[in-house]
Amino acid sequence: MSNLSVEHLLGIKHLTLSDIELIFKTADNFKKIINQPIKKVPSLRDITIANLFFEDSTRTKLSFELAEKRLSADMINFSSSSSSVKKGETLLDTVNNILAMKVDIIVIRHPNPGASVFLSRNVDAKIVNAGDGTHEHPTQALLDAYSIRERYKNVKDKKIVIVGDILHSRVALSNIYCLQKLGAEVKVCGPSSLMPKYLDALGVSHFSNLKEALEWCDIANVLRIQLERQDVNYFPSLREYSMVYGIDRTVLDSLDKEITILHPGPINRGVELSSDVADSKHAIILDQVENGVAIRMAILFLLAGKLKNI
Amino acid sequence: MLEQKEILNQQSISLTIERLCHELIEAHNIFRNTVLIGVQPRGTYLNNRILQKLNMIIPNNSIESGNVDISFHRDDLMRRDQPILPEEMDMDVSVEGKDIVLIDDVLFTGRSIRSAIDAIITFGRPKSIELLTLIDRKFSRHLPIQPNYVGKTINVMGSEKIIVEWKETSGIDRVLMRKSENE
Repeated sequence: MSNLSVEHLLGIKHLTLSDIELIFKTADNFKKIINQPIKKVPSLRDITIANLFFEDSTRTKLSFELAEKRLSADMINFSSSSSSVKKGETLLDTVNNILAMKVDIIVIRHPNPGASVFLSRNVDAKIVNAGDGTHEHPTQALLDAYSIRERYKNVKDKKIVIVGDILHSRVALSNIYCLQKLGAEVKVCGPSSLMPKYLDALGVSHFSNLKEALEWCDIANVLRIQLERQDVNYFPSLREYSMVYGIDRTVLDSLDKEITILHPGPINRGVELSSDVADSKHAIILDQVENGVAIRMAILFLLAGKLKNI
Repeated sequence: MLEQKEILNQQSISLTIERLCHELIEAHNIFRNTVLIGVQPRGTYLNNRILQKLNMIIPNNSIESGNVDISFHRDDLMRRDQPILPEEMDMDVSVEGKDIVLIDDVLFTGRSIRSAIDAIITFGRPKSIELLTLIDRKFSRHLPIQPNYVGKTINVMGSEKIIVEWKETSGIDRVLMRKSENE
């Protein structure tokens, strides 16, 4: 198996199938390591990683931090709410100042789509996109697909429906790229007002009816309603959304098969998922969180292997 | 001109492995507290041969064994042209309080063995760790690491290469010494 074909992880769009398989195979090893008595390996002990979060994040940031610590990397954290960005500094200036402190890898989350691509063209460090606006969130898609592979042994030919706000979701776009590359069939479900125009170009069809979508699929990846991105009213009320597109026990029991539920978190309990579904054996939400650390370790390890600074 | 010399043939490898097994039995008796661990990838073949032979010599005795991948413990991640691609690890054994015999085909600089020792320690605290190697290349050590059980000791120049071939990958068991082309 050869090395990654990319120099940065900017989006799933740029990865090949063998890149994804290499990341999964490497993550298999890290998953074993994080379940050992000593969960830390010295692989990245001479590497410095900067986590630049220009947008709020809890789980992704923690997951990256843990992955970096378990690889023995040195890390620095930056969040825009407590920095000079508030004083008017540009993204490039902020990053170049951080790079002057000799940083090898940058993990960036930014509200603007393309921020990570911009950085990769302008600075001399490996870039990992931890979410850029409504564009891509590659590590989330990889850990989702990895969790599906873990449960079903294979992603190929699986039927997966992504439910919710596809329009504002970087998780949805990255998931569609990733699952299609792995040979799965992907459809989406949600109110028409939350469907992007690019779906046809991606070959993804749309269910308006949740019951039909769940009857079709093997796996449902349920997205959070992003209250912070609802600048106009895309649906009448949360209550109505949850009545039409919320998944609860009754809906699952009405299906003639068992499906698996994924959710990238944080869950709005009672909106897109009811508590009895979120906490049931159908949901692999906590497996996703555990796998997230292994996937991020794999990505950082593989990108660090491409650094040649010695 | 590529020059190569056979150092061990199929029969001598088999005899050497048998002798190593007897040395192990002498030191470890019935292997009650012993775990054999091959260093992936190439140490696994030798580990398997030794296990097979030990099971023939002392049947009805299950010997604990595993194989360890050292990718994440190597010290040359950013010094290589080729990427380090980790292999799936086969370590379903406990090392806590055990006497470990680490098994690899060639002992050269000692760096792989250093990595393997680090990798094993992440699984627990063994009572002791010994090293068994089919070929010991003298005069090339970078670290103070010496084997406890040696198949054959060879004095080779830095430019000479030792190649261990196994039936599983090359169709034949043999050890070759090859002079590099530009010598």
